[in-house]
Amino acid sequence: MNSVIQVRNLTKRYKDALALDGVSFDIEQDAIYGLLGRNGAGKTTAMSILTAQNLPTSGEVRVFGENPYENARVLSRMCFVRESQKYPDDATPRHAFAAARLFFPRWDQGLADELIDDFQLPLKRTIKKLSRGQLSAVGVIIGLASRAEVTFFDEPYLGLDAVARQIFYDRLLADYAEVPRTILLSSHLIDEVSNLIERVLLIDAGRIIMDESAEDARALATNVVGDAAAVERAVNGREVIHREGLGRVASVTFLGRLDGAERAAVVADGLELAPVSLQQLIVRLTQQRSGRDRSTGDAFASTGSDADTQEGSLR
Amino acid sequence: MDEGKPLFVQIAEQVEASILDGSIAEESQAPSTNELAVFHRINPATAAKGVNMLVDKGVLYKRRGIGMFVARGARDLLLKERRSDFAERYVQPLLAEARRIGLGPEDVADLVRTGAGVSPAKP
Repeated sequence: MNSVIQVRNLTKRYKDALALDGVSFDIEQDAIYGLLGRNGAGKTTAMSILTAQNLPTSGEVRVFGENPYENARVLSRMCFVRESQKYPDDATPRHAFAAARLFFPRWDQGLADELIDDFQLPLKRTIKKLSRGQLSAVGVIIGLASRAEVTFFDEPYLGLDAVARQIFYDRLLADYAEVPRTILLSSHLIDEVSNLIERVLLIDAGRIIMDESAEDARALATNVVGDAAAVERAVNGREVIHREGLGRVASVTFLGRLDGAERAAVVADGLELAPVSLQQLIVRLTQQRSGRDRSTGDAFASTGSDADTQEGSLR
Repeated sequence: MDEGKPLFVQIAEQVEASILDGSIAEESQAPSTNELAVFHRINPATAAKGVNMLVDKGVLYKRRGIGMFVARGARDLLLKERRSDFAERYVQPLLAEARRIGLGPEDVADLVRTGAGVSPAKP
């Protein structure tokens, strides 16, 4: 595969905060990436530097083999849909689309018109007066209809209801299938996008902690549930990333998979094995790294505390 | 979809099910990678992996410039595979559950013979 973006030792420091800490990664051509991580992890900073809306403190960024900064040749081939996009005070969606049409050489007006219809977007109201969801729709329409060779969607769904988000995902997939291109999608709604993305880049505290195919990421961890003593025997010597218990029943998530024989032994012991969804894996990995020690003893102590709100232990 | 199996395997199994039940006949065109991706709302690369798995297995073949087609003999091939998997996929779990609730293989055989809907134990 060709890579369209190369990032080497990229560091971004704001006054006293390190937003990106020497990250390196490649983005392959014509793949859909999920750029995932907690708030403040560095996702938006990375995207703004790649699209030359921000300068790195140090390190190197190449897009289509060139430095993107003040480089019109490169910039017209990229589209950055950001959550906090600003428009002139008196601009309407119609103005925004007209400007996008001039800027993006591969703009598809037919697609834009269909999307305007899908999202029932009022074209003549000023953008200032649009609802949060309608404002997001403007960004989504520009991102899709620009058909840019590299498109960044930075949490494009704010204010969009479940129906509108589904329209976005369906349109994204259908148009990507028709016109393959490189897409980076940052999202907190991991369950919603996990089947759409081909690769996962997970950023945590300014570092890349996972760069995997989505398929491989789903196989990174295993969950085993059952009698606590039997569970402990089964996970002995493995890297445990989460533990919780209810009475004599324990549910433990560990990194790695079991082979056929190990699997059979665990099942024979009366335990149940479950896969770990991408969302659960990412919650576990980023929660574990934020503050707490990696030792299993500490992970054990974390049962039921702070960030456990999303747990779906009753599967 | 079932979280337990890789997505591409699930896609392949769905296409196989359509071939087995005859809704896609042999020598007729199979759904394209993009059609599968859009229908199942998954990444086209994942759908392609499922389709390639079926090509490797000899269930689908590619006609240049037209698309994927169901191979002659694909249905028999799948039937054979399903039958050899039947014990592991259905009979073993059935016997394991029977054991847990105190039914022996003979009790299970009786239930199968008399029909699954007829319960021997009246409340």
